[in-house]
Amino acid sequence: MKRIAKLLFCLVFIPAAPFLSAAQVITVSTDGSISSIQQAIELAEPGDVIEVQAGTYVANNLEITKPLTLRGINRPLIDGNGEGTILVIRADNVTVQGFELRNTGRSYVRDYAAILIDQARDFVVEDNHLFNVFFGIYLAETDAGIVRNNHIESYDRREASSGNGIHLWYVRNPRIIGNRVTGMRDGIYLEFVENARIHSNISNGNNRYGLHYMFSNGGTYYDNTFRENGAGVAVMYSENVDMKNNLFEHNWGPSSYGLLLKDMRQSNIEGNRFYKNTVAIYSESSTNILIKGNHIEQNGWAVNIKSSSARNHFSENNFIENSFDVRTDSPRNNNVFEGNYWSHYEGYDLDRNGIGDVPYRPVSLFSVIIEKQPESLILMRSMFIRLLDTAERIMPVLTPKTLYDEQPKMHRIQ
Amino acid sequence: MNTLLLHISKNEWKSLLRGKWVVGYGLIFLLLTDSLLRFGGGGPEALLSLSNVMLLFIPLVGMIYGILYIYQSREFVELLLTQPIDRKVLYWGLFIGISTPLMLAFVLGSLLPLGWHGILMVDSAASAMVLGLGAVLTLIFVSLGFLFGLAFYDDRIKGFGFTIVVWLFLAILYDGLVLMLVFTFGQYPLERFVIAVSMLNPIDLARIMVMLEFDVSALMGYTGAVFNRFFGSGLGTIAASSMLTLWLAIPTWIGLRVFNKKDF
Repeated sequence: MKRIAKLLFCLVFIPAAPFLSAAQVITVSTDGSISSIQQAIELAEPGDVIEVQAGTYVANNLEITKPLTLRGINRPLIDGNGEGTILVIRADNVTVQGFELRNTGRSYVRDYAAILIDQARDFVVEDNHLFNVFFGIYLAETDAGIVRNNHIESYDRREASSGNGIHLWYVRNPRIIGNRVTGMRDGIYLEFVENARIHSNISNGNNRYGLHYMFSNGGTYYDNTFRENGAGVAVMYSENVDMKNNLFEHNWGPSSYGLLLKDMRQSNIEGNRFYKNTVAIYSESSTNILIKGNHIEQNGWAVNIKSSSARNHFSENNFIENSFDVRTDSPRNNNVFEGNYWSHYEGYDLDRNGIGDVPYRPVSLFSVIIEKQPESLILMRSMFIRLLDTAERIMPVLTPKTLYDEQPKMHRIQ
Repeated sequence: MNTLLLHISKNEWKSLLRGKWVVGYGLIFLLLTDSLLRFGGGGPEALLSLSNVMLLFIPLVGMIYGILYIYQSREFVELLLTQPIDRKVLYWGLFIGISTPLMLAFVLGSLLPLGWHGILMVDSAASAMVLGLGAVLTLIFVSLGFLFGLAFYDDRIKGFGFTIVVWLFLAILYDGLVLMLVFTFGQYPLERFVIAVSMLNPIDLARIMVMLEFDVSALMGYTGAVFNRFFGSGLGTIAASSMLTLWLAIPTWIGLRVFNKKDF
């Protein structure tokens, strides 16, 4: 019995010894014995903690190839001096927290980032401030990492010479939580990502998209805010994506959308709020999307749905004072609108069941008119146009005859 | 001179209040705004409905009231003209006397429900815009009514008929004509032309200002450079409000000239 216990002890604890003794803390400070982060990384054993005291450290291409924790005390600044990438993580179980990183290199050929995580898993990048960077946090072929509460800000207003805030490429199971991204090209960019969980982020004022989702199946993003981005949010070429309780607002411009859907399949858009966008939801070649319980208020166009989209289901949404409710380029309708509340609805409810007795036609004649002759936009809300619209609603001639909501709600859906 | 102006205005106010029409007019807006807010949902919805009613009816009521008062106070005016009173003062007294109660009736009638439903706090800029536009439209159309009243001083039927036709033209037909022109000359670059034409109609001017407040997001969807510059910067609001000022100044000035020279 005793021998078995000894054997067990040996089997369990001896291989684990280097990790158990890993409590070693290496302190880096500008006036201490170890004054460069590079030196500390070289000295450290796997599992060590490197604490960096406040101060300015000029460094780039700091490569971490063993499991380490890099902790900034009172937010030390690592200045990349405008050259290359600042921090490169090529090992599993690395944590980086509490730093300020500035001035990466900029290039039209290489994707220089403040923090690059390359082929690693189980990392945590947390509570860092990134300013004037080309790419912010760059994840390439990683698995199961966390990027949390970082603040990324850059001021290059040109789309071509700015990079993405949080860039994910061939990544599995990432968690992107509570970050703030401003002034980058895309706030959060995903390409070939599986099972992403993206929530509570704020992506404002980026040059292109607040969130850009490409070829990434089975992810979910919720409780995020996307405001005043050059082109809003784009979700493309993906399936099984859940989009819930996000706020899309103030995305203005001729090619700006609250949410752009392109070649999407089998996804849910639920409980989001779209406020004052030029186009709240734009859909092209997307199929089997459920758009339910969203609050779509005061946008230019609530929905712009191209004829290539089919079997999408709009139900229980609130459409409130949008300049135009639905716009489409086809006289036929392949989508379902059912049981929504439309503030422009003028019907009645004689049986008092909360559902209007006459169908609502969300494509107005005026939206067909401006499609043909955009200058007539200046006549919006004029009495003459309203008379035309009413006549067309009673006897549809130019608007799609089969696009209507048969059960329009009489009151807002809470 | 100012006391005299005030005196004439006061006299008008008294007779207006005695007639109770103005009170009714204010009550209509009070009931309308209150029920829009009570049954119609949130602030922007109610404000838009209110602005639709405002754009349609304030011009009509303003003009009818203006012309009606020129006809009704004929004896009073002619009596005053026998006195050593400056015609200018008399004209301004009459104009202020009739336009301010109408303006107040609209502003108070709409303002009170907006206040007690708490919309004033939430959508204060939009509320101020709608109320302000209503007030300016009242002034413009009362002065137009005055002008028509003086022009058709002896032929009341003609005067009223003309007023109705002008209202119908400005409120509805004008936009139909613009739409027709847009479709007829669709091949040409029309943006500047369309803006210029809309600037000539005071109701369209007010409508464009409402549009700039509520529909900017849609206007930004238009790709034309001229529209984008016009609507996207403050230029649209500045141009529209200065044109509204012109619309206020010119009919009033012409009215004053006609009144000065008229042999009553």
